[in-house]
Amino acid sequence: MPSLPDMNTPNVEELAARAAKGQSHDPHLENVELKPAFFDWLCRMGDSTLILGHRVSEWCGKAPALEEDIALANTALDLIGHTQMWLGLAAEVEDAGRDADRLAYLRDAMKFRNLLIVELPKGDMAQTVMRQFLFDAWHHAMLTRLLSSTSPRVAEIAAKALKEVTYHLERSSDLVIRLGDGTEESNRRMRHALDILWPYTGEMFMTDSVDEAVAAEGIAPRADELRTEWVETVREVLDEATLDLPKAKADAQKGGKSGRHTEHLGFLLAEMQFLQRAYPGAEW
Amino acid sequence: MYAQMVKSEGGDAEATPEELAFQARIDRDEKIEPKEWMPEGYRKTLIRQIGQHAHSEIVGQLPEGNWITRAPTLERKAILLAKVQDEAGHGLYLYSAAETLGVSRDELLEKLHSGEMKYSSIFNYPTLTWADMGAVGWLVDGAAIMNQVPLQRTSYGPYSRAMIRICKEESFHQRQGYHIMMKMARGTPEQKEMAQDALNRFWFPSLMMFGPSDKDSVHSEKSMAWKIKINTNDELRQRFVNETVPQAEFLGLTVPDPELAWNEEKQGYDFSEPDWAEFFDVIKGNGPCNRERLATRKDAWDEGAWFRDGLTAHAEKSAKRRAAARHAAE
Repeated sequence: MPSLPDMNTPNVEELAARAAKGQSHDPHLENVELKPAFFDWLCRMGDSTLILGHRVSEWCGKAPALEEDIALANTALDLIGHTQMWLGLAAEVEDAGRDADRLAYLRDAMKFRNLLIVELPKGDMAQTVMRQFLFDAWHHAMLTRLLSSTSPRVAEIAAKALKEVTYHLERSSDLVIRLGDGTEESNRRMRHALDILWPYTGEMFMTDSVDEAVAAEGIAPRADELRTEWVETVREVLDEATLDLPKAKADAQKGGKSGRHTEHLGFLLAEMQFLQRAYPGAEW
Repeated sequence: MYAQMVKSEGGDAEATPEELAFQARIDRDEKIEPKEWMPEGYRKTLIRQIGQHAHSEIVGQLPEGNWITRAPTLERKAILLAKVQDEAGHGLYLYSAAETLGVSRDELLEKLHSGEMKYSSIFNYPTLTWADMGAVGWLVDGAAIMNQVPLQRTSYGPYSRAMIRICKEESFHQRQGYHIMMKMARGTPEQKEMAQDALNRFWFPSLMMFGPSDKDSVHSEKSMAWKIKINTNDELRQRFVNETVPQAEFLGLTVPDPELAWNEEKQGYDFSEPDWAEFFDVIKGNGPCNRERLATRKDAWDEGAWFRDGLTAHAEKSAKRRAAARHAAE
């Protein structure tokens, strides 16, 4: 288990409570020059939680144990909740008459900004668990940093999401350890999952002009600043799970953050967006 | 809810003094708790009924799970996820209640997978459009509530307490289902068409959820004496129709039953019986989705074996390590 930072800092609860209202004044929303980068960065957050939430929800009713059905649905539900907040703020920043639903349901793949790792098919439970862990370790580090964002709105959303993601990371770390250090078969599957996913992990830490623009305003850390903490968490958990850190290149697969995706995303969107596309303008 | 045709185990032999005392407790509305004496027939009937209910909850995840990835808005997706998660939770309470009667969850699952135990026939019907998410919440959960509300007073303590929790969540499910129907019924012509079509397909299968007519229901008497069953199938069905018809009218939808008419004398609706031949056929395994539903659950279980084995192996290793560490410390 990774040692998790103290969550009881006094302002987290308060920040989280304000996220639901979404009314705090945020000077960054008036910064016209920043708008495209800020919008893109918010879409990266919201699209990653949306697409991962979708993949996790595919397990509904099909998990290996009833407790897992409940936990997976709960995780997916949290991630969809985060999506509503991130894409809701993205729509406000963009100020072009769209809302979170229009962003989720009416953009095509090239406009999506999620990390590639979240759009890969769910695979078996080993891949689902391993991906969740690799993502959670990043997600947790990112949200923790965002608590001190110069954007009050971003800090509020992070505070609300971090409470849930702390639990996600605890759960996924725990499962990685138990399955890695379980039977020969569970160990083999976890190694295999790690090999498949590893080349997609580097994208989390690639800093581009969007990251630099929001980092310059103190809204978010540069992507590469999270790497050390992530590696530490991952190494500690994999070690306890009796799994080796892969030697393969971690950054072989990339492009999601700027809209260049795998073949999988198009099918996912075709499914997710079906009703909105088939019945334009209908209310549900 | 979700218990149809549960065979009751009451014998015809003359009651023993213990059985008489047990029945007297039930008649006084006392709750029976897990470690107390109970007739074997009571225990077995309860296992069947609670087990069937639990199986219905977990198989019941599938028809709605079918639409989670296609839910039309983020909010609808979140609500549907929460609802399906509740159902898995209900399954968990109910398997736990059954465990207090001396049967493990794994044993019950084996019986589900082998076809020895059933789940509610309603989940063998497909969910074809988004309106079905509305119809399932409104009608299927509505029928479930009709059955479950009286069961909050059932004689077996753990079952009764599970029902109290479940009923709270089910009424939220029914409201969200009705809300979907309202949006659809007042939406575009295509949405209205989907809503009507969903009602057409789910009306009679929902009426079947209460089980066969009292005159053909052979297992009721003993279960009612034991307060495992509180109302007869026909009573509950009538109550459901009386409540649901005005709701359909409010939506501007037509209940697909030309015989439906208000009967002033009985202060209730007259309505057509469902097609019982279809009901028995679905129970036998010939419904549109029987094979798929069961195969999905069985595959999930079989393909998850390595996962469960891994966790068990880790727990055993950890226990050994702790024991070794204790040993070394001594």
